Amino acid sequence: MAGGLTYTAVDSTSLSTAEIYGQALVQLGEQHPEVVALTADLAKSTKIGEFQKKFPDRFFNVGIAEQNMFGVAAGMARAGLVPFLSTFSQFASFRSGDQLHTDLCYQNVNAKVIATHSGTSFGQAGSTHHAICDLALVRSIPNLTVICPADGVETFNAVMAAYNTPGPFYIRINRGFDRVLYKDTEYGFELGKAVTVHEGTDITVIATGSCVFQAYQAAEFLDKNDGLKVRVLDMHTIKPIDKEAILKAVMDTRRIITVEDHNIIGGLGSAVAEVMCEAGKGCAFKRLGHPDQFAPIGLHEDIMSIVGIDCNGIINAVRDTMKMDFEEDDNWDDEV
Amino acid sequence: MPLSKAEWLALEKKADQLRRLTLDTTHWAGSGHIGGGMSALDVMTVLYHKYMKIDVKNPQWEDRDRFILSKGHVAIAYAPLLCDYGFNDPEMLKTFNLTNSKMGMHLDSNKIVGVDASTGSLGHGMSIAVGTALAARVRGKDYKTYVLLGDGECDEGSNWEAAMTAAHYKVTNMISFVDRNRCMIDGKTEDVMKLEPFADKWRAFGFIVKEIDGNNIKEICEAIDFALENKTDSPVMIICNTKKGCGIDFMEDDYTWHYGSLDDDTYEKAKVCLQKTYEKRIARVEKEAE
Repeated sequence: MAGGLTYTAVDSTSLSTAEIYGQALVQLGEQHPEVVALTADLAKSTKIGEFQKKFPDRFFNVGIAEQNMFGVAAGMARAGLVPFLSTFSQFASFRSGDQLHTDLCYQNVNAKVIATHSGTSFGQAGSTHHAICDLALVRSIPNLTVICPADGVETFNAVMAAYNTPGPFYIRINRGFDRVLYKDTEYGFELGKAVTVHEGTDITVIATGSCVFQAYQAAEFLDKNDGLKVRVLDMHTIKPIDKEAILKAVMDTRRIITVEDHNIIGGLGSAVAEVMCEAGKGCAFKRLGHPDQFAPIGLHEDIMSIVGIDCNGIINAVRDTMKMDFEEDDNWDDEV
Repeated sequence: MPLSKAEWLALEKKADQLRRLTLDTTHWAGSGHIGGGMSALDVMTVLYHKYMKIDVKNPQWEDRDRFILSKGHVAIAYAPLLCDYGFNDPEMLKTFNLTNSKMGMHLDSNKIVGVDASTGSLGHGMSIAVGTALAARVRGKDYKTYVLLGDGECDEGSNWEAAMTAAHYKVTNMISFVDRNRCMIDGKTEDVMKLEPFADKWRAFGFIVKEIDGNNIKEICEAIDFALENKTDSPVMIICNTKKGCGIDFMEDDYTWHYGSLDDDTYEKAKVCLQKTYEKRIARVEKEAE
């Protein structure tokens, strides 16, 4: 990977995902004088304090004013800097959506949004601070690359890839610690290319963000207990989505489940469905995610369990989907 | 930079020429934001033709001064200025608003040469200007960033976020203007959403405020000179009291000309008005110039 520094599973058990982002940013700051950091009174929460200490003249806290932060970042980018701006996902998308759309994406500037506290990872804060609709919004903005890393190690890779790729990025990371999926950064991360984290031929689970680890665990369990071979794809890049991996999964396994810590409308599940439908390929298909309802308050892992996007939820969904008889069913009475 | 009589006359001539080109563009397009275009034109003329360091042969010159037209809807006046300056082919003006034209109601900075920001959604420009001004600081450059806001636009809260940032970070390499024509789409600013005490608001947000006649070229120059000589830590806001539709008497101060259409008769009448306005302005220069 660019930069030389790599992260291992050991680091990502001792560092939260945002802390790894903070360190990646310091590394970029040391190498590239044009890298600047912006925050809206969330330097501590978004873990960019180290950058602030090392580069006080390249750090800007604009106060609790997200719309302004996006505009300032756009102006900086137009003038040759590479701003990394971080705030909670809900505010990075909806609060400053117009500035994200127009100042960053329409102008196609080289600015990188690090949207923290994504999904329900700030579970106890309630729906004002959950971000379960952001992907639906940001996925529809032209020029924007959207990444949802599976863990801290992948976040490092995503941040480096964003620096090395011109244009606006939206990287959606969790609050706190992510379960460790990758043992180090050298697993072949490539923008727009899903990572096969578990091989399988019976069914494919396409997951993103914190759900990838859950899907991996479910696949291991189902292999041992049910003899099912579950393919798990880490779909870290939500846009541009890896059409090839999706269609290969349709062809190879004919059963697909998507899992995301997001509303089932507009996020990963919708993106996968769009690819399959436009290809004209039939497939047993289920979207796991928030069922178009605001999530309850609670710990992230509890919410994931309640909503059914954790390991158990995925196991149940795989078993149900395996029972679906879709190929030779000429009876439409039960469907229509 | 004191204003000589010859310079003043030249700027009046340029402003008149650009008013005519704005009128023509509105006529070619059939309609446009002519009212706010006319009120803002004198400030834009003075900036581009007296103060801004820009290079028409090198539009992306890193050290150039920047201009952010936050009230992006007055592209109907800004596009003629940029074409006349040589950044774009003036023939493009005849395609303004037409299907597949590069040039529409709000200018695209990736399509129209010389545009520093794609504006149109109100309340964005000052934040962008703060960003380009802070970038000058980070990169050790001495260019200036000029930003022009509409007064109705100041209803948007994001402007005040940007204002706080400008004052907090002592962004004195940004010089701000508000085109205070007191009109917006639905009526007079004070009827739709009261802005007064407007100057006090900017002062309270940490700005040094100059209030001028924004359709008087000499006063505009004096205010910019004042801002350029500012040695304090506070940014300068120049409130330009202007007339919507300035130069065309039947449009002046009439909010219904925020966006208007021009048939051939109205176009001809407007041209006669502009000639009278120009003659009056020249007479004034002759009288007042030192």
